[in-house]
Amino acid sequence: MHLRYTWEEEQYRDEVRAWLGANLPRDWEDIGDGASENMDRWMAFLKDWQRKLYEAGWAGISWPKEYGGRGATINEQLIFTEEMALAKAPNSMNVAIGIELVGPGIIHHGTEAQKLRYLRKILSAEEIWCQGFSEPGAGSDLGSLQTRAVLEQDHFVVTGQKVWTSWAEYSDCCILLARTDPSAPKHRGISCLLVDMRSPGVTIRPTVQITGEAEFSEVFFDGVRVPRENLVGEINQGWMVAMTILMHERGTSAIGYQIRFRNELDELIRLAKSFERDGRHASEDPLIRQKLAQSYIEVEILKYNIYRSATQIMRSGKPGPESSITKLFWSEMDRRQKEAGMEILGMYSQLVKGSKRAVDNGRWQRAFLWSRAGTIYAGSSEIQRNIIAERVLGMPRG
Amino acid sequence: MEFGLTQEQEMIRSQAAEFLKNECPTAFVRDLMKSTQGHSEELWGKMSAMGWMGLILPEEYGGSGLSFVELVVVLEQMGRALLPGAYFSSVLLAGLALLEAGSDEQKNQWLVPLAQGKLKATLALTEPDGRWVAAGVRATAQPSRQGYLANGTKLFVPDAQVADLIICALRTSVSTRLEDGITLFAVDRDTEGLNITPLKTMDETRRLYEVSFESVLVPGNRVIGITDRGWPVIKSVIDRATIGLCAEMVGGGQKVLDMCVEFSKSRVQFGRPIGSFQAIQHKCADMLLLTESARSAVYSAACFASEKKSDVGLLASIAKAYTSDAYTRVAGEGIQIHGGMGFTWEHDAHLYFKRAKSDEGTFGDASYHRERVATLIGL
Repeated sequence: MHLRYTWEEEQYRDEVRAWLGANLPRDWEDIGDGASENMDRWMAFLKDWQRKLYEAGWAGISWPKEYGGRGATINEQLIFTEEMALAKAPNSMNVAIGIELVGPGIIHHGTEAQKLRYLRKILSAEEIWCQGFSEPGAGSDLGSLQTRAVLEQDHFVVTGQKVWTSWAEYSDCCILLARTDPSAPKHRGISCLLVDMRSPGVTIRPTVQITGEAEFSEVFFDGVRVPRENLVGEINQGWMVAMTILMHERGTSAIGYQIRFRNELDELIRLAKSFERDGRHASEDPLIRQKLAQSYIEVEILKYNIYRSATQIMRSGKPGPESSITKLFWSEMDRRQKEAGMEILGMYSQLVKGSKRAVDNGRWQRAFLWSRAGTIYAGSSEIQRNIIAERVLGMPRG
Repeated sequence: MEFGLTQEQEMIRSQAAEFLKNECPTAFVRDLMKSTQGHSEELWGKMSAMGWMGLILPEEYGGSGLSFVELVVVLEQMGRALLPGAYFSSVLLAGLALLEAGSDEQKNQWLVPLAQGKLKATLALTEPDGRWVAAGVRATAQPSRQGYLANGTKLFVPDAQVADLIICALRTSVSTRLEDGITLFAVDRDTEGLNITPLKTMDETRRLYEVSFESVLVPGNRVIGITDRGWPVIKSVIDRATIGLCAEMVGGGQKVLDMCVEFSKSRVQFGRPIGSFQAIQHKCADMLLLTESARSAVYSAACFASEKKSDVGLLASIAKAYTSDAYTRVAGEGIQIHGGMGFTWEHDAHLYFKRAKSDEGTFGDASYHRERVATLIGL
């Protein structure tokens, strides 16, 4: 057991760092933060950034070389993600869904033709992806989804509704779960399809979130025709594909969040030192000190939790249900950190972006509100606890 | 980077687990709880034969020269078994102090027999204020013709009645900086004027004593390290011992969780095993998160502690702050999940609950270590 990187790994880190130093756009934070009013510019910038990463060979480094990746080791993935976060580089457009979810799904379960057709365009951001999983009646209980796909000769005809679909408006393709056998037990009648978002019958209606932004949408499918060759894996075996995908959703990318939490904590400490309360700095208030110290402790432990699960992935070859612990840990911790931030700001925590006297242009309110999303998306905290109880601890199914 | 046990470390872990399962089941722990000193010479001999006394001591003093990580692996199993007795005091407290600050002669005199299991020792640091900071050290050692004359009271000294040798922190000079003027002495337990009184503890697996000095004569060659400069040594020893204690706490937490999961599979209420209820499942999931996260903190600190000169203060405080909260909560849930049975003396849940509470305060509780983290990160 040791925490040192090898000489080769440190060389790799230097290479990543040097490339980022030379290529990271300096002024990108001025372009926007994903807030609605300049969303189009922001999306164009992210696409452009990913193309740059792709051309230099930094997009999808975990993917096998034959599909355009680097076949990077787990430690190299950690280093790359760490360096991206340390440089405060934006995540490229297609990372969260295309590269981390759809790619591994197609690589593991797709046909050769699908790999050729889709994989490179995910890396180059030529095609942006969204994930059509959740439905109004199928959130945590994903298996009870109702969207239907009926096979008519060489096409599936898809009808139904998806919700909370991130980036749907900006997406070219959707990885969709739909019911192909309504008479089968619920997990055995689902198939996974690759859908062109410009197909006739697809309607996208953006949903305004508690932050006022509309990053996700409702997506309606009304008799949408999807070629049969866009089926991923076997028919009615879509649940297996979904599980591969969701397992990757809880993989090593958390190290990037860890560094983001650390950067944010440093900012909060700076704020605590400049904000006065009751005749002294907030940083001298014993209760604020306790909360900030607790956040520091949790951010550090998150790092070592991620390192441990990375070593586990390295040894076993794939992420396991233990990654649920990491997801549960960081999402709950994020909430506590942002609550501490609001407490430090005091009455200023009321002033949002654009207001006179708003602190840091309202970023802490936005972060505070966003911290309520992490414990819901990618499997709510309750679902993570179910997974931990049943699949890690082996407790009887409820 | 490979942040997981190696095959050799895994072997050490399973050997320790197997040994303690056979030699230190809770029935045995309960027997020792009833004994006067909470210590078994027979078990001590067997543990020595396992090579545990000199695990991290250099080979030149008869040790195995293994790293702090291997020690932590064994300590985790000791915490799981609620091992009573003087191991922690001898190896983690007195042993580390002698290793860090003792002269070659002193190391040969005490570390060699300690590694062989022939010497037991402890550290007398805290006093009536019960705090782990330099300000608490008020007992004095005044220079005299034959050495030093020691006066004062040490409180909450672990295993003092079992220890052959007591390493004492005494104030040898007055300074405005409270960290200055403290000196470490090695005092034999049977020295005249040294009075040892047992204190009755809630956690009967740990024994604490009052050690009072009434004009105790300590020869000058019993000074460990540099006169008046003992505090940096104490700090370094306590930091490492804190990491070791956290390892024991992680082992205890893991055992409580294992007990709960097993129980929840067989205990039937409302016609179903209670482990199928989310109310119980989610408690257990949180207990796993707490225990695993504490383990990450302990292992990372142990990795750094393996490097001899590294300052592990921040890592020790991170580990202790988190683990104190985690173990107390896990052990509390251990009682809750076992229901009425968990509240009985007969069930083991309370042994862990009490151990968690005594470990929580030892070397400073979570609030103390959070404040220390705050200071160390520049808040």
